[in-house]
Amino acid sequence: MRIGMLCARIRVEEKLLLAAFAERGVDVERIDDDTLCFDLNAMQADRAAARERWPQLVLERSLAFGRSLYSLQVLNAAGIDTINSYAAVATCGDKFLTTQALLQAGLPTPRCRLAFTPAAALTAIEELGYPAVLKPVVGSWGRMVARVNDRDAAEAVLEHRAQLGGYQHSIFYIQEYIAKPAGRDIRAFVVGDECIAAIYRTSAHWITNTARGAQASNCPVTPQLADLCLGAAQAVGGEIVAIDLFETADGRWLINEINHSMEFRNSIATTGVDIPGRIADYALTRARRAA
Amino acid sequence: MTTLLTALCPECAGALDLPTDLLEGEIVPCADCGADLEVLTLRPLELALAPEIEEDWGE
Repeated sequence: MRIGMLCARIRVEEKLLLAAFAERGVDVERIDDDTLCFDLNAMQADRAAARERWPQLVLERSLAFGRSLYSLQVLNAAGIDTINSYAAVATCGDKFLTTQALLQAGLPTPRCRLAFTPAAALTAIEELGYPAVLKPVVGSWGRMVARVNDRDAAEAVLEHRAQLGGYQHSIFYIQEYIAKPAGRDIRAFVVGDECIAAIYRTSAHWITNTARGAQASNCPVTPQLADLCLGAAQAVGGEIVAIDLFETADGRWLINEINHSMEFRNSIATTGVDIPGRIADYALTRARRAA
Repeated sequence: MTTLLTALCPECAGALDLPTDLLEGEIVPCADCGADLEVLTLRPLELALAPEIEEDWGE
């Protein structure tokens, strides 16, 4: 059985995954996206040959969203199975598309506005009320996410964004600010049709990302939380994803974002769940099914 | 953790003790200067400053 892993840089997560596959007797083929060069014509002209050449299943673990997106499209179009799929990564990697998928599925998510000029964005922010949160549609680790507390701040941030260049900085994705009663949010891990673990991410800062220093602690996976997370994964077509949720003061959960190439280094000891092992087991089952 | 591999940090020239299960492409921090380093090759062991985070990098 041939399993591939699309990645260039090896984070802790990729190393743990490679070790998990090795423990199961599978030597994963690393597909280095630094050196990839697809012959698009050949991949389509002879899809059977492409499937012979490539592993039965490719696990997508690239740091770079753009590289993942296009690589997965080429592979999926040639009939090569990937986790996650191109369609799922396209949706999860774009906050606007994620929000749309959640809304269309009728799942709870913060109120959101989309605008294309600073003036329209300012109107949207004022409609949502202060504070509001401005996010780039593509980005991770809390980069360029701004909490806008008043009109002065809104005007300044919007002007800066408009001056950055690149069309994506003029796509203004604005989310209502959800106050975190306990200074925390939830990250839940979905593998296949199971929510295998969840953590609270607690921080004195309003951005509760472990990449930004938030502390992880175990969050019990209740049936209600699992159902919501599985619904979210299904809404974006994700098989192995991490769901970020807010808790509201009145006890509801709101789905914030869905991550398609999740980091989990801080969540293994915290939850007691062998996350890389569970991912490897799932991928191997899927690869056998695809064979 | 057994640390048998040694190298010099290309940023600060500090001595690095590295695990034997190092992989090409792995990112390792320098304990002296904090720089993130990428393992370019294992034989010979060659390190370089890891690339700057790009706009679409993440999870």
